[in-house]
Amino acid sequence: MKLSVDGLLVYFPYDYIYPEQYAYMMELKRGLDAKGHCLLEMPSGTGKTITLISLIVAYMIENPFSVVKLIYCSRTVPEIEKVLEELKRLLAYIEREREVPNTMTGVVLSSRKNLCIHPQVSKERDGKVVDGRCHTLTASYVRERHKSDDSVPVCSFFESYDIEGREGTVPPGVYNLDDLKAYGQKMGWCPYFIARQTILHAQIVVYSYHYLLDPKIAEVVSKELSRNAVVVFDEAHNIDNVCIDSMSVRITRRIIDKSVQNLQFLEASVKEMRESDEGSLQNEYERLVEGLRQANEQRETDEILANPVMPNEILREAVPGNIRTAEHFVSFLKRFVEYLKTRLRVQHVVQESSAGFLKDCLEKVCIQRKPLRFCAERLSSLLRTIEVSDLTDFSPLTLITHLATLVSTYTKGFSIIVEPFDDKNPTVSNPILYFSCLDSSIAIKPVFERFQSVIITSGTLSPLDMYPKILDFHPVIMSSFTMTLARPCLLPMIVSKGNDQVAISSRYETREDVAVVRNYGQLLVEVASVVPDGVVCFFTSYLYLESVVAAWYDQGVISNLQRHKLLFIETQDAAETSLALLNYIKACDTGRGAVLLSVARGKVSEGVDFDHHLGRAVLMFGIPYVYTQSRILRARLEYLRDQFQIRENDFLTFDAMRHAAQCIGRVLRGKTDYGIMIFADKRFSRSDKRSKIPKWIQEYLSDNLCNLSTEECIQMCKRFLRKMAQPFTQEDQMGVSLLTLEQLENEELMKKTEQKAHAKLS
Amino acid sequence: MSSSEDVLLQVNEVRYKKGDGTLYAMNERLAWILEGKDTVSVSHKYADIKTQKISPAGKPKIQLQVVLNDGTSSTFHFVNKLGPEAQIKDRDVVKELLQQQLPRYQAPARPINKELEEKNRLLCQNPSLLQLYKDLVITQVITADEFWIKHASKFMQKQKAQAQEIGVSGAFLADIKPQTDGCNGLKYNLTPDIIESIFKTYPAVKTKYMEHVPIKLSETDFWTKFFQSHYFHRDRIHAGIKDLFTECAKLDDQELKQDINSGISDPLVDITSFEDTSLAEGYGITPDKPTSSAGNIVHQSMIKRFNQHSIMVLKACQEKDAAQTNGTAPESKQSNGAGSSDSSLKPPEEKRSRLQEKITYEDLDMVSTTQTAPPLRLNLGKVEGYLQGSAPQAGYTSESHGGSLANPEEFRRELTAWCSSHAGQSSLVRPAAAVSALGELTPGGELMKGFIAESQAQLVPPDLQLELRNLYISICELLRHFYACFPPTTPQLEEKVVKMYEAIDRFHATRLTPFEDRVRAEFSPIRHHLTSHLHQLIAAAYRKFNTWKMRQKHFR
Repeated sequence: MKLSVDGLLVYFPYDYIYPEQYAYMMELKRGLDAKGHCLLEMPSGTGKTITLISLIVAYMIENPFSVVKLIYCSRTVPEIEKVLEELKRLLAYIEREREVPNTMTGVVLSSRKNLCIHPQVSKERDGKVVDGRCHTLTASYVRERHKSDDSVPVCSFFESYDIEGREGTVPPGVYNLDDLKAYGQKMGWCPYFIARQTILHAQIVVYSYHYLLDPKIAEVVSKELSRNAVVVFDEAHNIDNVCIDSMSVRITRRIIDKSVQNLQFLEASVKEMRESDEGSLQNEYERLVEGLRQANEQRETDEILANPVMPNEILREAVPGNIRTAEHFVSFLKRFVEYLKTRLRVQHVVQESSAGFLKDCLEKVCIQRKPLRFCAERLSSLLRTIEVSDLTDFSPLTLITHLATLVSTYTKGFSIIVEPFDDKNPTVSNPILYFSCLDSSIAIKPVFERFQSVIITSGTLSPLDMYPKILDFHPVIMSSFTMTLARPCLLPMIVSKGNDQVAISSRYETREDVAVVRNYGQLLVEVASVVPDGVVCFFTSYLYLESVVAAWYDQGVISNLQRHKLLFIETQDAAETSLALLNYIKACDTGRGAVLLSVARGKVSEGVDFDHHLGRAVLMFGIPYVYTQSRILRARLEYLRDQFQIRENDFLTFDAMRHAAQCIGRVLRGKTDYGIMIFADKRFSRSDKRSKIPKWIQEYLSDNLCNLSTEECIQMCKRFLRKMAQPFTQEDQMGVSLLTLEQLENEELMKKTEQKAHAKLS
Repeated sequence: MSSSEDVLLQVNEVRYKKGDGTLYAMNERLAWILEGKDTVSVSHKYADIKTQKISPAGKPKIQLQVVLNDGTSSTFHFVNKLGPEAQIKDRDVVKELLQQQLPRYQAPARPINKELEEKNRLLCQNPSLLQLYKDLVITQVITADEFWIKHASKFMQKQKAQAQEIGVSGAFLADIKPQTDGCNGLKYNLTPDIIESIFKTYPAVKTKYMEHVPIKLSETDFWTKFFQSHYFHRDRIHAGIKDLFTECAKLDDQELKQDINSGISDPLVDITSFEDTSLAEGYGITPDKPTSSAGNIVHQSMIKRFNQHSIMVLKACQEKDAAQTNGTAPESKQSNGAGSSDSSLKPPEEKRSRLQEKITYEDLDMVSTTQTAPPLRLNLGKVEGYLQGSAPQAGYTSESHGGSLANPEEFRRELTAWCSSHAGQSSLVRPAAAVSALGELTPGGELMKGFIAESQAQLVPPDLQLELRNLYISICELLRHFYACFPPTTPQLEEKVVKMYEAIDRFHATRLTPFEDRVRAEFSPIRHHLTSHLHQLIAAAYRKFNTWKMRQKHFR
């Protein structure tokens, strides 16, 4: 349908629209008009992606000069592919409706692993290896060498792309991973570099968070993207963690040992070069003296990781004199590595600030702050000069220089923690130096400053007011939408006690209690016996899952469970889990039914949907609090308290509840879907937890569902399932949770539904 | 000894019941004659002998025992003066001979006629039919022939159709409940079903079984070893103990690994490729790989086993399907593989359709892409009957054919009245309303507040329930045949009506009454509810029969 959103003609590739989609468009349009940032929460399964892209694309058609680009960031590869698929559908629809050939280009950018078509390199499974091998075939000096010596292998796809493809642009259309590869095959060009080139002029770019948030990748990939762009972060409920991760570094003894080896190699090759080919070293030195920051002309293929700090923090001056000579720099690094080695040789936990670390470093090994800041750049320059064949071999040393640059650049918002051993087994010495970012706003700040509109959206962002605080930005629009439903297709329940009236909770004090574990087991068995097809359970942590499964085995719960359904369990091995998941789906498809035990914060809870029969019930066993004894977390909590006035408990609860909501939300993926959501912990019924459950779930969590025993819960399930088994047609939805164009244009109705669908925060 | 039989073997110095004598093995029997006598004191036909047993090695007495089909047994003690070695030799010669002779007599001993065997098989395979047989034939409600002709006919036909493959229960291992035998031992009960399930699910065990049984191990020993192995006890880890099944576990692991390596076809669940970064070790706070020491290895391997078990159960069930349904599939697959030159580009279409499926919102489209079959509507002839339950019996009996025919005017009026009241009403009650009403009436619903869930189902013990159900099955079968005779237009049918009536009567006397007596004696509070409906059913049949009888008399 073609609808008018506040005067903007929006092409929506469906015949009907959900009221909340319309409301979402209204808000989004206001946000774009104001050229500001938005924070929007809309339940999963209400067609968030199509709403977003159809409005923004329409906006781009209408205002071609104010918004020239849409950058859509999502978290996982399947999510990215889904977005592209929706985009294809949308552009095809627009083309049909406008009767004008499509001029827009949408393109995905992914890692080399997903795009490579080189016959050997693409066989590699590990992304790092693919990157490394690609580099050995395409680095500028390798290609230079190839010109004089034919035996040096290069990548033919890149070569022909470099000769023919660089000038031209790909024909308009939407390119997903397979399309890019097919196009690459057809032209004989490298799909990865086609994508790298195309994102610069494509109207729509879809890629993963890291390409924008992680400075060392963003600097390589996204530096030249237009500023008049709308950036969308979908599934953004964890965005703060992505930000923090992208700025943090972790040094283990293994890395130290390997970087010592790297240094030995470097030293030898510098020495060799000094004897054989002094010219290029001299050349590098002279360029550095001249103040050229990059000693060599830089080519896109030479760099895998750029400077790890934010672009505005990079010093615009020449490399200091004491690390200009290669030999000096190598010995400088040696000293620094030795220093780190001594820091790892501790018997007790050390926690300090960057400034303290730098001061100690100055005192012990006389390394000043300024040369440290240039470490990362200086190393990459040197690695280019001596023309190493495989950059990935040097990743440990690169990591060390990144640490050096980070620690000397940022004095605030970071903390250094050295732990001599793992808390769980204090006898095994396993020292780790954490350089951890405490402030999630650092990484995302340039994005907010650079692009005119940033839209942060997810199915679960409650409580909304937390995100502006921890990301330190001021949204112009902040809204949460509920789900209009023609029938109550979700049944949230809080089960607080077992049949024996023992309170169930994953509190630390009671989690190992036999009665609690048994009650959890009983609940699951009973649910499995009344709910058809798939049942998914989430535990608070992997360790807890393991111990509960062991206890269940002894108590015979597992056997009872197997009588009803097949049992699958998430393991720490991703490949094994994938196989289990595949079989879980198979079991559900064949009608056998299955139970999946999984972990909150795990990969399954973040990336796999259990729509329709794959998840008819989801159980959350306990509240998924993060491991609160972690020193990194403690440091972050302190920082949040001091900087943003967020109380520790508030943040912990917020974090736990957003993960719980994520898990629970996995089960419902649309209005024709239905599912039971069981929160199995007494503490969920407290108002501080309950109020943090997303609005669209809270709405259906009435008081009489908040303090149930196992038996009562089962009764509710039975009634609910019977209701859901009734025929449900489009007519039933029409006008309530589904609108036609006429209904939409009927203003009075529109206002009413808007009020219903949309609960604006004050 | 006036027999014409050949003596196959003669062993002297055999003691039987404290008397020394000679053991003869003849063509058809085993005989023993007391020393100095010439009459046979012990004589067993081979056909009567069930098994033979020998005393274990190392025992001072060298004995051989034959157990007869009727349960009695005779023990022969070998007392060769040359010492135990000779005694054993004597005994072994007899044993060998018996071993050869016995099977010959056992198998074809009872020449069952083929038809009977077939019937027997049919009864074994259909528990419900067997029950019916027990209730009706054994209690002599009807004769066996009648039973086979009338009641089992559909089973007789069906036997040609292919029997359905029996699936594997997910809990078959859990169903082998160990029982303690009181002295530190465990007893496992294995049924053929369970063994079948084990073989289907764990082909590795099956091959082991084929290899070892019965050459190296007896069947019992095999299963004992199976239950002792870590392979069965999934909470133990194999810590170097070499046992029979270590290899099986390894094979299973290999298969699993192979599955993993062959890749996950569905891009939406392939967790390994979710992340789109390829940063080296050391970036970020969260560790790349969880330290293996963090968890309990026993628990981890157990979890792995659970997954494996489920996967294999699933596989066991699916392989059959695949083999049956698409015999041509492998061929087409091959041609597919040959078509695409690059394996990394394998199924974009498949992937795309998976994605499409995920992003499509059916309800947003005018015409639903998937055409669902129109819902089946109940087509009712008599709506009151549906809404209010069956009409009272009194009304039913008075409403005879003659009556309604005699008064067509009235009938027509009633019909028009009925039609107008239900005209255009396609469904009786809206499904939603029906379900909500039903919901309110179940425990936990609005209308059931204060209701104590103490239904009959909880009062009646399961064995009684089973018995009652069997009664129902039998009586329904009889009634079905009884009513099928109406209207009795031919003499044969008339005859059958009478016969069925008698059968019902017999059933009432021989089955229902004793059951009621028992219920009355043991479960007095529920006796009335339990059988009242059965009585109603029977009474209705009687009434029907009586009206027919009366009318018949009338006409004559």
